[in-house]
Amino acid sequence: MDWITLAAQLFPGGHTIVEQDNFLTGTAQVDGVTVSIIGSSGHAPIGVEIALMQAQTILTTLRNFPQRPIVILVDTQGQRLRHRDEMLGINSYMAHLGKCIALARSSGYKIIGLVYDQALSGGFITSGLMADACYALPGATIRVMGLPAMARITKVPLERLTELAKSNPVFAPGPVNYLQMGGIEAIWDGDLAVQLAQALQDANPVDRRSAAGLQRGGRSQALPVAQAVRANDSPA
Amino acid sequence: MSSYLEANARERLHAVLDAGSFTEFLPPELRIVSPHLGQLDAPVSFDDGIAIGAARLFGEPVLVAAQEGGFMGGAVGEVHGAKLTGLLQRALLDRPYAVLLLLESGGVRLHEANAGLIAVSEVMRALLDVRTAGIPVIALVGGSNGCFGGMGIVACCANAIVMSEEGRLAMSGPEVIETANGVEEFDSRDRALVWRTTGGKHRYLLGDCQLLVADHSDAFRQAALDLAQECHANAGEIALTLEALEAEQHFLQDRVDAFGAAADPLDIWQKIGIADAANLPMLEADAFVAATAQLRRRP
Repeated sequence: MDWITLAAQLFPGGHTIVEQDNFLTGTAQVDGVTVSIIGSSGHAPIGVEIALMQAQTILTTLRNFPQRPIVILVDTQGQRLRHRDEMLGINSYMAHLGKCIALARSSGYKIIGLVYDQALSGGFITSGLMADACYALPGATIRVMGLPAMARITKVPLERLTELAKSNPVFAPGPVNYLQMGGIEAIWDGDLAVQLAQALQDANPVDRRSAAGLQRGGRSQALPVAQAVRANDSPA
Repeated sequence: MSSYLEANARERLHAVLDAGSFTEFLPPELRIVSPHLGQLDAPVSFDDGIAIGAARLFGEPVLVAAQEGGFMGGAVGEVHGAKLTGLLQRALLDRPYAVLLLLESGGVRLHEANAGLIAVSEVMRALLDVRTAGIPVIALVGGSNGCFGGMGIVACCANAIVMSEEGRLAMSGPEVIETANGVEEFDSRDRALVWRTTGGKHRYLLGDCQLLVADHSDAFRQAALDLAQECHANAGEIALTLEALEAEQHFLQDRVDAFGAAADPLDIWQKIGIADAANLPMLEADAFVAATAQLRRRP
C-alpha cells in the first residue's frame, strides 16, 4: 500500500503528512488527539540523512509537545548499503534514532510502529521495533534478507531453507511469522483507524515480546533463558 | 596471552577482569543450546557463542558478557540474544558498578534470522533501561570479527566504547555492500580501505569511540575502568536525556555537513587537520592518540 492511501485510511480525521525524499513527517488526528508522524516510503534505504531527519522529528516532539503520541510508519529495504554511509558511521546514526525513540518511551510518550509495506533488518530494529509495540498490515514484507541470499551465506541449500520456511517461523519472511515470534503485536485487518486508536490506548512501555513469542509458540527459549539469567538458574 | 585480538571470549574475560573473579551464568555444562541450528544440520555450541556472568574489575562489581567470534562469528540467535538481554535485565536487580560488553559479532545469525533480529532489538531496549537506571554500560571492541550489523548499533547504545586499532565497528560488512552495489562501491579485498573505513582509528577520530588502545588485554582492562569511572563522575549523563540527544543530533548533523562529500576516510582525516594523514595507519596506538587527541571530533 502507498503511504497516501494508508494515511487516508489511518487518519480519517485529517493529517498534514508530507513526503520528501522518502522521508515522511507531519501530524495527524487520532480520536481527536494530535499525534506526531515519522516514517519512510518507497522502500527507502535508511542512510544517515533519513535517520537524522526521523530523529529530529522525535526530538522536536519531545521538546515542544509534551506527551504527544508518536506513530512510526515503516517502509524500508533496510540500511543503505554504501561505502559513504559506513565511512560516516551509519551505525551511530541508527543507534541515535533508536535512542531518541527509547527516550520518548521512557518519558511516557506512547509510540506505535506500523509496517505498512516493507521492513528489513537495520531499518526496522531502530524504528518500528523500538516502539511500545509494532503492528503490520497483512500484505507487508518483513525479513532480515531473502532466502536465496540467506542460502548463500549460511551454505544451506535453498531447497532445504524453502522447505523449512514453510513450517518454521524462524526462517520465513512475513508478518504472520513475526507475529508468532512476538516481534509484531498484531496484524491489522479491516478499519485501520479504529485499530490504531486501540493500539494507542493499549500502548505499554514494558517489552513483552519474548513472553508473546513463547505464548504464540514461535520462540520457546527467549523468555525462559532470560528469566534463568535473572535468577542464575537453569531455564524451565 | 596478552593480545586481545587473538584471545577467545573466555580468555578475554580472564584477562580483563580481576583474576579468578568471574562467575558464569548458564555455564556450558548446562548445555543451553540453540533450538534452531540442529534442524539445519549446523553445529551448536554449549554456550551458544556467548559467556555471561558476574565479576570484579579493580575490585568493583560488574556484570559482563563476552561474545565468541569463533562460533559463527559471534552472531546473535535466540538463545545468544536472550542471555545478553537477561544479563542486562539482571543488572537492574544487582545494580553493579558497570556492565561490560566484550563485543565481537557479525550481527544477526542468519540461521535463525527472525529470532536474531527481534533479539537484537530486545537487547537494545534492555541496554537503554540499564542506562536509565543509572548504571553505565561500556562496550569493548577489539576482536578479529569486528562488531557489525545489529551489534554495531548495540555498541553505539552504550555509554562509551573502547576500541583497539585492529577493532572494527560498522553496520554492513564490506562483502555485503560489494555484493549489493559492486566492487567499485566498496572493494572488500582492499584491506587498507576496509580498515580506514571501519577500524578503530577512524572511529576514534570521528568521535564514535571514546578511547583507542593498543591490542593488549591490560589496555582494555584499564580503559574499561577509566570509562566506567568517568561515567560515574558525570552520573547525570549515564541515562539518556533530551539535552544529550539534542547535542548528539547536532554532532551527527555536523559530521554529515563537514564530511558528507568525502570519498575516502583519508579526505576526512585531512579535513580534520591532521598534517600527515597518509601516515596515520603506521602509528602505534599511543603515538596516534598523542598526535590526534586534540584534533579529533568529540560530542
